[in-house]
Amino acid sequence: MKKMVLLAVLAGAALAAPPGMPRFRWENFTTADGLPDNHVFNVCVDGDRVWAATENGLGLYQDGKWRVFTPKDGLAHRAVLYVAPDPRTGDVWIATMGGLSRYSAGRFDTFTQLNSGLANDVVYGVSVQGDFVWAATAAGGSRLNTRTGEWTLFNERNTPMYEIWTYAVDAKPGKVYYAVWGGGVLEYDVNSDRWKDYNDPDGETEIVLYKDQGLVHEITTSVSYAERDGILWVATYFGASRYDGRNWHNFLEKDSGLPSNFLNQVKAVDGKRAWFSTDKGLAYYDGENWAVYRPALDTHKPEMLVRDRAGAVTRVGVDTAPAHHYVLGVDFQGEDIWVATAKGLSHGIRVREEGSR
Amino acid sequence: MTARRGWRTMGAIVLAIAGMGARTPSARYPSPIEVAVSPDGGRVYILCEGTGEVAVWDTRAGAIVKRVAVGRVPKGMSLAADGRRIWVANSWSDNVSEIDTGSLAVVRTLPAGEEPNAALADRAGRFLYVANRIGNDISVVDLGTGQEVKRLAAGRGASYLALSPDGARVYCTHIYPRMGRPRSQPESEITVIDTARQVVMERKTLANAAGVFHVALSADGRLGLAAQLRPKNLIPLAHVEHGWVFGNSLSVFGADVGEPVQIPLDELDRYYTPPFGVAIARDKSAAYVSTTGSDSVTVIDVAGLLRTIAAASPEERRMMANDLSASANYVAARIPVGHGPKGLALSPDGTRLYVANRTGDDVSVIDTASRKVTATIGLGGPGELTFERRGERLFFSARFAFQGHFGCANCHLEATFDGLEWDLEPDGFGKDIVDNRLLEDVADTAPFKWNGGNPNLETECGPRTEKYFYRAQSYSPEELFDLVAFIKSIPLRPNRHRLPNGELTAAQERGKAIFERTRKKDGTPIPQANQCAVCHSGPHYTNQKLADVGTGKPADRSPKFDTPQLTNVVLTAPYLHDGSARTLEEIWTVFNPRDQHGVTNDLQKDELNDLIEYLKTL
Repeated sequence: MKKMVLLAVLAGAALAAPPGMPRFRWENFTTADGLPDNHVFNVCVDGDRVWAATENGLGLYQDGKWRVFTPKDGLAHRAVLYVAPDPRTGDVWIATMGGLSRYSAGRFDTFTQLNSGLANDVVYGVSVQGDFVWAATAAGGSRLNTRTGEWTLFNERNTPMYEIWTYAVDAKPGKVYYAVWGGGVLEYDVNSDRWKDYNDPDGETEIVLYKDQGLVHEITTSVSYAERDGILWVATYFGASRYDGRNWHNFLEKDSGLPSNFLNQVKAVDGKRAWFSTDKGLAYYDGENWAVYRPALDTHKPEMLVRDRAGAVTRVGVDTAPAHHYVLGVDFQGEDIWVATAKGLSHGIRVREEGSR
Repeated sequence: MTARRGWRTMGAIVLAIAGMGARTPSARYPSPIEVAVSPDGGRVYILCEGTGEVAVWDTRAGAIVKRVAVGRVPKGMSLAADGRRIWVANSWSDNVSEIDTGSLAVVRTLPAGEEPNAALADRAGRFLYVANRIGNDISVVDLGTGQEVKRLAAGRGASYLALSPDGARVYCTHIYPRMGRPRSQPESEITVIDTARQVVMERKTLANAAGVFHVALSADGRLGLAAQLRPKNLIPLAHVEHGWVFGNSLSVFGADVGEPVQIPLDELDRYYTPPFGVAIARDKSAAYVSTTGSDSVTVIDVAGLLRTIAAASPEERRMMANDLSASANYVAARIPVGHGPKGLALSPDGTRLYVANRTGDDVSVIDTASRKVTATIGLGGPGELTFERRGERLFFSARFAFQGHFGCANCHLEATFDGLEWDLEPDGFGKDIVDNRLLEDVADTAPFKWNGGNPNLETECGPRTEKYFYRAQSYSPEELFDLVAFIKSIPLRPNRHRLPNGELTAAQERGKAIFERTRKKDGTPIPQANQCAVCHSGPHYTNQKLADVGTGKPADRSPKFDTPQLTNVVLTAPYLHDGSARTLEEIWTVFNPRDQHGVTNDLQKDELNDLIEYLKTL
């Protein structure tokens, strides 16, 4: 039914497409190219290095070549879920299913629930905030002070966290946000040293009863804070939310350009723009218009759809697409974008056209 | 012992007891540890660890012209490329003194991490790099603002720094080995920093090395040398006569040799240990290595060294550090110097080598042409040697062991520990493995040894050392008395985990309550023998008794072990009697399944973290 609606909209609004949505030439990497595994959970751009968090090792793409790290090299676990660079030191922090690793100039140091104060070995996310490293684990949040070695744990005993399955963390200088799977969003204010929770006002129902009155759903998967603009973006399995500190705005498949309500990640460009990783493609929102990049769900041919603020959808002719429509994460490299998918890693090379922005 | 000698000994002991009863502050000996020479060769700057000052020797006047007070227990010093600034790492003050060489005054105190041991600026004077020994990291300080901008992860015990001649790299070596798997070969690293980006760009792994001291680069940047110990701690320490305790060596790296190679400093029947300071002649004709326990400087013929390495097959290169005959190819001389030589530096014209003799309180001046000491710069200090000072000389000396193989300070590096587990007793391979413990604060913690077998330090350091370790002449009663006096006087380092006002943080308070609790969380009483604060009681956090805490291994002769003191326990990883716990956490997460080592299995993870935060304050 949805497909029919989409086609009808496409047919009716083909000429009304807004110009200037970013276009890319997609280069896709799989195990055939040296990627450790085609199940890519996330991707991290670190200067001229690109790190691929895969189900079977950590991939490093540099100078046109792949290098693979596994537990034999000292990595905590083969299943790598997230990678975060420390731009000050050049180190990279790696969240895995078996602990948290630090890669520093060829050396891995691993922190586990047995050898350190880390709350749990299942580490879904990690974020670096100066001397602090924040981790999202299956048993709450953990913060390592890299200067003193002190671990501080955040859970139901010292935060308003009624569910401790933290799924992602974004630590900025002023605020830290956790996506708590089934528990909404937790906010830590650095200056006041206080925690606050944000929850779905209609509870865990999969139906949005109160549109824009709060977080869209409790099952959150990702948070991205545009600190300069004071805007929080949240991804859930039932839509996305944007919060400006006073008002919430929710994005649903039915009334936005999201190709699906099932979101694995949101990554802010700023307070106005963000990228959404969904099970039905990669979506970009520029504050008014939407674009979706994917292999078509039916034909698997490269597809780019643009939806303007009025809801008119245009199909843009493209020759390439991300490796798969099931997208798990993105990161930016200048104007380029790297995309983690269920069947490979994709490099979106920005194509400049007249009128594009 | 003759009657006369016996009375003399008795007299010494009586005097010592009388003198030490009140634990009077020990005399302050200069204890020079590092030297640097001004670009014009007119001044020699001598860093005195004991008196906390830089003594400035004017080579023309032939006199100390100034003593510049710096921070507490300064350990490292470097001179700016233009000679206008000196940076001194104050290891107990956790800061760096910046000295203007024009006014010879401290003009700024810069921040550092925990126990800074060396400080070195890049060539442009933009950033200062500080090696923090117990922080295991390197502070990067912006010399423009005087602020620390970041810390870089180093190896364990980051201690010594060197700048490449082109200024592009900073090399850092480490006094302690990496924390590896239990009973694995030790390894260390040289951490290489890219000074353009102020990040770690490379880590050169040093296999089988632990206890790595100074590193130096040749003027052309093609040759690097790092002084290091190669401990043989995986086999029983019963084969001193075969050289199976320590190898004293250099790691050689750089374009001149390609892949790094380790080369021995020892000879087949004589050891030169531990290698500490390194200097390379500007024309690369020679390299100089101070060997603290041997009271000497080894002169390396660099051309001979490079020829030897070039002629070796890959397999020979890999094994070269164990081939003690190799040193005959490149060791040109052994120059006797004063007591306990540490840092050394060449004059700009290369004609003189200055060597800081730490326990001799002087500096040997070597004429590099004749390879002889031609002058000695005295640094003053107390006129007489106290028992403790004599003991300190003994502690750092290797002359008592068979063939001068090693001394106390080979394992207790700089009177601390070495981060290794040893197979000490001649009872078979892999039996009674023991972790090396910190010596600070041991005076009142008898008995000694992990099995509590030695009732006092005199037994620990005397017959035991003589019989099991040195296999040679051991100490006279007077010497033993002095040695024990020194060990008892080793000061306790400041604890960095306590708040300045002496109060505990919230986490530490919670941890203290867990440490002192008498009931489990469900209210069940905890038997006294299983309460942390019962066994780890008193001023040193030990009841000085043996206990079976369930950590014995099949290869241990007894499951009962001495209850260790906990003062500064945070420094002494690995843990447990055999070092099987690599972190404090593992003591309970891995090795306490039945709550025999305190009751911890009812604790949540954050509560265990609190307990550990408290332990760090002890």
